[in-house]
Amino acid sequence: MQDLYRAIHNHPEFKRLEAERARLGWSLTGVVLAIYFSFILVIAFAPELFAQPIHAGSVISWGIPLGILVILISFLLTGYYVYRANTRFDPAREALIRDIRASNPDFREPS
Amino acid sequence: MIRASHLLLPLLLLVPAGSGLAAELEGARPVNYTAIAMFALFVFATLGITWWAARRTRTTKDFYAAGGSITGLQNGLAISGDFMSAASFLGISGLVFASGFDGLIYSIGFLVGWPIILFLLAERLRNLGKYTFADAVSYRLQALPIRSLAACGTLAVVLLYLIAQMVGAGQLIQVLFGLPYPVAVILVGLLMILYVTFGGMIATTWVQLIKAVLLLSGATFMAFMVLLHYGFSPEALFADAVRVHDSGRDIMAPGGLVSDPISAISLGLALMFGTAGLPHILMRFFTVGDAREARRSVFFATGFIGYFYILTFIIGFGAIVLVGTNPEFRDAAGDLLGGNNMAAVHLGEAVGGDIFLGFISAVAFATILAVVSGLTLSGASALSHDLYASVFRHGRVSERDEVRVSRIATIILGILAIGLGIVFQEQNVAYMVGLAFAIAASVNFPILFLSMYWRRLSTRGAAVGGFIGLATAVLCMLLGPTIWVDILGNDEAIFPYKHPALFSMSAAFISIALFSLLDRSRRAQDEQQAFDWQYVRSQTGIGAEGASKH
Repeated sequence: MQDLYRAIHNHPEFKRLEAERARLGWSLTGVVLAIYFSFILVIAFAPELFAQPIHAGSVISWGIPLGILVILISFLLTGYYVYRANTRFDPAREALIRDIRASNPDFREPS
Repeated sequence: MIRASHLLLPLLLLVPAGSGLAAELEGARPVNYTAIAMFALFVFATLGITWWAARRTRTTKDFYAAGGSITGLQNGLAISGDFMSAASFLGISGLVFASGFDGLIYSIGFLVGWPIILFLLAERLRNLGKYTFADAVSYRLQALPIRSLAACGTLAVVLLYLIAQMVGAGQLIQVLFGLPYPVAVILVGLLMILYVTFGGMIATTWVQLIKAVLLLSGATFMAFMVLLHYGFSPEALFADAVRVHDSGRDIMAPGGLVSDPISAISLGLALMFGTAGLPHILMRFFTVGDAREARRSVFFATGFIGYFYILTFIIGFGAIVLVGTNPEFRDAAGDLLGGNNMAAVHLGEAVGGDIFLGFISAVAFATILAVVSGLTLSGASALSHDLYASVFRHGRVSERDEVRVSRIATIILGILAIGLGIVFQEQNVAYMVGLAFAIAASVNFPILFLSMYWRRLSTRGAAVGGFIGLATAVLCMLLGPTIWVDILGNDEAIFPYKHPALFSMSAAFISIALFSLLDRSRRAQDEQQAFDWQYVRSQTGIGAEGASKH
């Protein structure tokens, strides 16, 4: 099986595909981290910002809609990732592996 | 299982009789038979499922991983079931009830771990592992030290998490049946042991699934009734809450819960990265057939959990106005009956009467039972699969033996959980779970994450650094305000912060990096070479356990 792993690992198209995928994963992670830690840092250093009412005379403070927005954005981003993985990465990778296997018929099927 | 129902039947029949007496003795409210009937009905229904599943548990794979036969949507529901524990439902609504906005800090922290798991870990984990996350880490690292570390980390997390659930369940049973708290905790412990020893993962998965649906419906109903009361105007709800709450306007802003920046950041880190180190959650990625289904499970789980957290926020505020102002729910001293953790349960009675009270209590109880079972199961598999089968017997063990050991481990964990549940009675359950998250973020998460993303990670680095992370986290907790002052009764905490994650996570990552970089052994070089093969397998699923067979 290691021969198959090596062939896949050294394949330039595989490298390109996985780099693209890693970029997506890490940038989405970065977005979530940035949003969440801005939220936490406001609570840590400037809680009065979240205490501001959303408009004059309202009891609802900015913290509440913003907090709910963090939850919604997290969900939407997971949806986006799943969509990209299903439509772009899975088919491309499967096709590539089929190619590699076809051009090296002596690879053992993994048990 | 026949033996089990013989044990259980007299136990449940005894409860109403004994509880009436206890209620009279303690001067609590009269026993609510409608609520209890609903409650008993539901508990028996879930036991029925366990029995059904028990007949289907034949192999080790069935016991730990439900035979890999669960779909993405089902698993997403089961994951959210695991996650919508006593901490989420009772704890967060209790926190919102007590301090308003602060509850949302926990909700958001619990939720944002999920996208991170999806983007960085879920698929790789599924492709590398078999039953536990230690399988994935020991793909290229030496099994013995890694499994020992993973087992210790898992047990620490599981125990803390268990305590929180036991406290929630104990208080629930105490309120509903008027039973003394210790009796309630023992009852929960016994039921939990029955669940896990007979059903294994298939049973807990099904219970989680059904319970997730019921809990989501119940919480939706409660939030709907609260909003209906205010003509669907959040403004009116919040205005009323501010008017009646002791803290007034302060409940709309971050407040006492995270009083200093260090605690806020520390809590934030624990909640965000802790999810990615929770053994009973990571275990759920092996119950699906392949990486694609693992991915879908996270998507569904994030949706359900996010929706649920928005509901608990409304429920908490609803409890402030509908429960907090009603003297019926207060004891002589003016405290909430059963403690703040019970805010959601009382709200159930306030908006839905006795029948709904019985329903929501049963759902909360089943929630706890199912979460506790999932936790115990992952604790048990840490002991039987990671320690007993792999470390002590070097993999030369029959499936029969391994399942037997994990059943014994379940019983031991159950007894421990009962004892600790009694000791930690006064703690908010969401906070207790926060501590479990801190350990998960300081031990399991660093080694899992680095094993997948850092080529230079060596066995020595992971083992030594992981233990340093674990020791730092446990020590900070023991010397911190909760245990050192509240439980042990000392005057001043040696470690001043309630949340250790900032310190213990840093300790773990720095020492893992240091000991890996200094490791110049031959083995460390082989491990770096194996990183490439691990990478291919984790990305493609070629050679993955159970993949493509389902």
